[in-house]
Amino acid sequence: MKIAVLVKQVPDTATRIQLASDGSGINTAGIKWVLNPYDEFAIEEALKLRDQHSGEVVLVSFGPARVEEAIRQGLAMGADRAIWVSDDGVADVDYLGRAQILVAALSQEADWDLVLVGKQAVDDDAAQTGPLVAALLDWPQAMVVLGLTVDAAGRRITATRELEGATETVELTLPAVLGAQRGLNVPRYPTLPNIMKAKRKEVRHTSAADLGLDGAQLTADRRVVVEGYQLPPPRPEPKVLTGDPAEAAATLVKLLHNEAQIL
Amino acid sequence: MSGILVVLEQWEGRVRRVGLEACATAVRLGHGPVSAVAFGAGAEAVAEAVGGLGVEELLVLPDTPFDRYSSDAFAEAVAEIVRQGEPSLVLFGATAFGKDLAPRVSGLLKAGLASDVTGIDPDGDDVAITRPVYAGKALQRVRIVGTPKLVSLRPNVQPVGAGGGPVARVSRPAVEVGAPRAVVTGTERNDETVELTEASRIVSGGRGMKASENFRLLDELAAVLGAAVGSSRPVADEGWVPHSYHVGQTGKVVSPDLYVAVGISGAIQHVAGISNSKCIVAINNDPDAPIFKVANYGVVGDLFQVVPALTAALKAHLDAS
Ligand SMILES: Cc1cc2nc3c(=O)[nH]c(=O)nc-3n(C[C@H](O)[C@H](O)[C@H](O)COP(=O)(O)OP(=O)(O)OC[C@H]3O[C@@H](n4cnc5c(N)ncnc54)[C@H](O)[C@@H]3O)c2cc1C
Repeated sequence: MKIAVLVKQVPDTATRIQLASDGSGINTAGIKWVLNPYDEFAIEEALKLRDQHSGEVVLVSFGPARVEEAIRQGLAMGADRAIWVSDDGVADVDYLGRAQILVAALSQEADWDLVLVGKQAVDDDAAQTGPLVAALLDWPQAMVVLGLTVDAAGRRITATRELEGATETVELTLPAVLGAQRGLNVPRYPTLPNIMKAKRKEVRHTSAADLGLDGAQLTADRRVVVEGYQLPPPRPEPKVLTGDPAEAAATLVKLLHNEAQIL
Repeated sequence: MSGILVVLEQWEGRVRRVGLEACATAVRLGHGPVSAVAFGAGAEAVAEAVGGLGVEELLVLPDTPFDRYSSDAFAEAVAEIVRQGEPSLVLFGATAFGKDLAPRVSGLLKAGLASDVTGIDPDGDDVAITRPVYAGKALQRVRIVGTPKLVSLRPNVQPVGAGGGPVARVSRPAVEVGAPRAVVTGTERNDETVELTEASRIVSGGRGMKASENFRLLDELAAVLGAAVGSSRPVADEGWVPHSYHVGQTGKVVSPDLYVAVGISGAIQHVAGISNSKCIVAINNDPDAPIFKVANYGVVGDLFQVVPALTAALKAHLDAS
């Protein structure tokens, strides 16, 4: 199977988000950038499928030069090679624009069987890239996938999906796009030899312009425009009770009833 | 159609609550008539479920291939209905269903989608939108350019007030779609437990619970409160509770009226998932635990004493009232 995994670099989840002084974005100074946690599940699943069915795993990422670090992490997990689409000449792009860029990168090659993505990226939390790419490629999709079996010969996939209070089984034809959810697998840690090997793996550098896309046009065509950011309102000062558990519990119930008016 | 279209998720005539929230939001926005579309067996019965919310027209697609969810066929159908009716705004619920479907519709129509939206208000003919990013550590203000504008709403945020008439018309739109290539062949519903993202009260346990069997204490507290049970991530990773319990930045992001964090330290990734809660109660034996910084109320003490005491006090309170 020839599998692409779309990966994104995001701020570490331990980051305390601060805003740029004009509120136009977040303050990126001092941020530790990591591979999007859900992408690790996508990569792991791709590696497992490759090991079962042979083939190759190709990482595709769009972003500034720093994303190479996330790409190398995926290569160290065991992906075979990568395509990095730099954001040169692409000042600002929305979800659709980003999906177009990724699809253009995929379309440089033929014979993809599967595109895996994380179910969402934990920066903008939009959860749009997977279905958008599927729609633009006109392939079927399933997001929030918890389990899957591939019938490579029959070119079919059975995926289980997590819903609210339910799980769902979906049958898809290949090629398809799948979005990985936590619980799908346990991502492997890169071993030292694999980290060394990853350094020599191919990362093909391309850009939107190389792919025939006009960055300025993508910006002009944005359908979703971010106007600014704000921090959530601060939470009120807590009331903390100590002492005898039974008394504290009784006081808490009174507070919840009279003050918070929740009970 | 014009106006606003709400895409409902329904099974057996039951509408997911966020669908009702979306109908109420559509009416509140006041951008023309509100219509809704429902798929699958029982779609007609949805007229009753959304009755009184101000939906004027209900479009139903009860038959094959819409009796089983398929992202491709459903997205094509919504896109076709939008092309025919030209609504200015299309609302989805940001559930697994809506998150699968809405971006695919966006791709088909090349229409902008703002997902998991918590704030939406009329701004002339436009709408002003806010949505949480970084799991709620910041809020983003976005504008959608062009029409239709697509929005998926985070569950449990928008109020459902009765404020409109019954459904005036039920109609069956004529839509042609290709053979579905991603078809749901089975659904296993767990109807006994309250879904965390929809729950108005949640009791969550962390590593301080010490062992799987101690979650019984939380089940008892939850039963008295009518709450759903959740957990921190390590507890789900340990297998003390199912993965579906995991709350936080990489788990479920919840917005209940009441969130009770028991034996949870309050790591930034956990807090990110609960910061939209109206009232947070923390129970922890470490007075310096960071969870107390985000809590409205805290009890410093041994959870193995405090939780049973709280369950008893709540029972007494409910019996008295
Ligand atoms: C990429 C990434 C993503 C993550 N995403 C999430 C996420 O989505 N959700 C999440 O929850 N975590 C997440 N984490 C993990 C997070 O960083 C913390 O490790 C985790 O939340 C801690 O869980 P806890 O509070 O249950 O355990 P601990 O931090 O060990 O806290 C246990 C608490 O219990 C208290 N306690 C112990 N005994 C008692 C007692 N007898 N009575 C009362 N209190 C007691 C202790 O004082 C302590 O505060 C993530 C981590 C990473 C790296």
